[in-house]
Amino acid sequence: MTTTTTSTSVESVEEFRLRAREWLKENFPRSENVHLPLRAAVSDEAELAAIQRQRDLQRLLFDGGFAGVCVPTEYGGLGLTPDHQRALNEESAGYEIPFLIQVPTFVPCMAVLLEFGTEEQKLEYIPPMLKGEAIWMQFLSEPSGGSDVAAALTTAVRDGDEWIVNGSKVWTTGAWFSDYGLCLLRTNWDVPKHRGLSVFIIPIHQEGIELHRIEMINGSKEFCQEFMTDVRVPDSDRVGEVDQGWTVGTRWMFHEKNAMGGGSPFVTGTLHSGVQESHDPYVDLVRATGRADDPHAQELVGEAHMLGLARSALSARISTGMRTGQMPDNSAAIARLISAVAFQRQNTISLDLAGANAAATLPGDPWAEKGFSFLERQSSGIGGGTTEMARNNISEKVLKMPREMTHDKNMPFRDVPKGPPGN
Amino acid sequence: MELVLTDDQEFFRDTTRKFLGSECPIPKVRELRDNEAGFEADYWRQGAELGWVSLLVPEELGGGSVSGNGPSDLALVAHAFGFHVAPGPLIPCNVVASTLARSGSEEQQSGLLQDLISGAQVATWALTELPPHDALGDDVTVRAEADGDGYVLSGVKSPVEAGAEADQLLVTATTDAGIGQFLVPRDADGVTVTPLRSVDLVRRYARIEFDGVRVPASAVVGTPGQVADDLEHQLQIAAVVQSAEMVGAADAGFDITLDWAFSRYSFGRPLASFQEIKHRFADMKMWLEASHGLADSAARHVSRADADAAIAVSAAKAYAGQYLAELLQDCVQLHGGIGVTYEHDIHLYLRRITVDRLTYGTPADHHRRIGELRIAQAA
Repeated sequence: MTTTTTSTSVESVEEFRLRAREWLKENFPRSENVHLPLRAAVSDEAELAAIQRQRDLQRLLFDGGFAGVCVPTEYGGLGLTPDHQRALNEESAGYEIPFLIQVPTFVPCMAVLLEFGTEEQKLEYIPPMLKGEAIWMQFLSEPSGGSDVAAALTTAVRDGDEWIVNGSKVWTTGAWFSDYGLCLLRTNWDVPKHRGLSVFIIPIHQEGIELHRIEMINGSKEFCQEFMTDVRVPDSDRVGEVDQGWTVGTRWMFHEKNAMGGGSPFVTGTLHSGVQESHDPYVDLVRATGRADDPHAQELVGEAHMLGLARSALSARISTGMRTGQMPDNSAAIARLISAVAFQRQNTISLDLAGANAAATLPGDPWAEKGFSFLERQSSGIGGGTTEMARNNISEKVLKMPREMTHDKNMPFRDVPKGPPGN
Repeated sequence: MELVLTDDQEFFRDTTRKFLGSECPIPKVRELRDNEAGFEADYWRQGAELGWVSLLVPEELGGGSVSGNGPSDLALVAHAFGFHVAPGPLIPCNVVASTLARSGSEEQQSGLLQDLISGAQVATWALTELPPHDALGDDVTVRAEADGDGYVLSGVKSPVEAGAEADQLLVTATTDAGIGQFLVPRDADGVTVTPLRSVDLVRRYARIEFDGVRVPASAVVGTPGQVADDLEHQLQIAAVVQSAEMVGAADAGFDITLDWAFSRYSFGRPLASFQEIKHRFADMKMWLEASHGLADSAARHVSRADADAAIAVSAAKAYAGQYLAELLQDCVQLHGGIGVTYEHDIHLYLRRITVDRLTYGTPADHHRRIGELRIAQAA
């Protein structure tokens, strides 16, 4: 367990819930008409302002005593239980909870530090996260591969008390405005791929890291690539043992899937929409298009809402199953899968409800984003681990089916084929 | 099915499972294909003794739940029914018992209700009509004309579950005051019952014609024009039972197919080693667990009778109806040739899910209902 309780008298969940309800009502902004970060067609200035607001809101939560519910008190958290977190999540519906900082800063990065970090690392890095001062990224995917994450080529070579890093990480969403990267690096080329990895903490904005922004299908430039040249990392910023990075990585992937599926005890609010429950986007759309009385439009609104309920019900069930030991931890992959599958159908429903006028829009049109959002639909099945990997996990780790055959088992990573022969 | 049950619920579930396992194993279900009623009277009485029809009735009226949450307890029975593709009028008897307990007259509560709880009588709900009328009762055309103290009913209901086996029919009909509900003895003058060929092996349905059927004032349940809450509750109970039953049937079909995937070899390897098949199982597992979650949530909402119950119920019924039917079709597919034979058991589960998907609203009907409710909520 990553939660510890230091005080002898723990506040009951119901007391905590009532206190949270009162405090939110008195102190926190509601989520109507919020400008969300990570959208297409927004200027960098507007984007940075939106990010600053997320940081400020997180600070507000921290100062109010509602940040890091399940984080031990010595690292700035509350040292309470997942039940307390759930109560806070329920109470926070309709408030402008800063969702951007939840993933990947709290989960998986903070969750990994809590599990594998040294005492010094936890004391140094976790409080700034909870205060909204430090936004973290996952430096995992590389140009050479994403799903096969253990095949990382970017390399750290030991040099006394330091490591020298060279290579490139990619698909980091929002790295340009973020502060730290949790980085999976190759530290040994002469052993099989899983046994030659180590994990490091790397500040993003420093000499030796050149950051490029990549335009996505919907026009946003949130995707980034980092080119690292002779970046020096102190050994004290290594997380876990040398060459044991996959031990960390396995739990890292678990926390990531758990967050995607909505089961993490370190996430406040729901991740599925920055603006929660206060209004129904499908209802808004049929009203805006004058189709509220059209039975077919009603069917689509109902289907979209049903899928949202299915996602929540499944996520709650998996959390209970894992908590009570009735389901293996890998069941988080089931929740991860539905988060993409349900979202993708909902996204298509939005597109169809918007109709012909979503093909070409003016800025004020209520359906202005729908066509562009559809183009970016598959992001939900790629980021946070692809749905293909989730299906492998479910069949192999939950249903215990035979594993896929690989051609790199027990082979020194140096000798593993990395492209067609002859190249 | 809920992952966390009370001790009493576990005991109740296990008793029901054990009873169904011994009284209607699959060979028995197959045998009942040729039984006119689809179930035996003794079997139903014994089931009633286990509490199958008492869960939605308060203790002071002779009923009693296991956990204080009757619909959640009933969902445990329904899951076991699906898992065993068990026979018996579980849905209609509970729907009628629940409404008699809510709105029945003293005479109805001391008479028919007690017989339903004990299993001495069977009742059913006649709601749905022939096309183009919808299955959710939004355009009821069966008429109940006031005639002196009583009413005269005319029109056709179809399909009516256990319509030929029921002693009493709870008929939803239109009166001058609006929708009303009436208890009609199946053998009353003017009632013509035509048994239908059912997709399910043991669950029977009938088409029932009412041709000037005269009932006394004592047959009225609730007050005509003021039965909207009863109707909504009946629909919710039916859908809660159906959702849990579909999950039970899908659990059984999934287990059988999973075993098959490990034991069947092609090209020198088990089916379970092919990625195409592994990924299909991953999707099935997702549909199954999501259906469990939605069905449990629906039963809990109905137990609390809260404002979100209608949407929760429709979501469970629509999702299970849509995705668990696909799951079973995939189970058939993965079996290959043997999967489309009568000899194999997999069709038994597909049958039950099919009738549950269709009756009391198709997935599309329930999608529309959720949409209407969401749009109305936002108004």
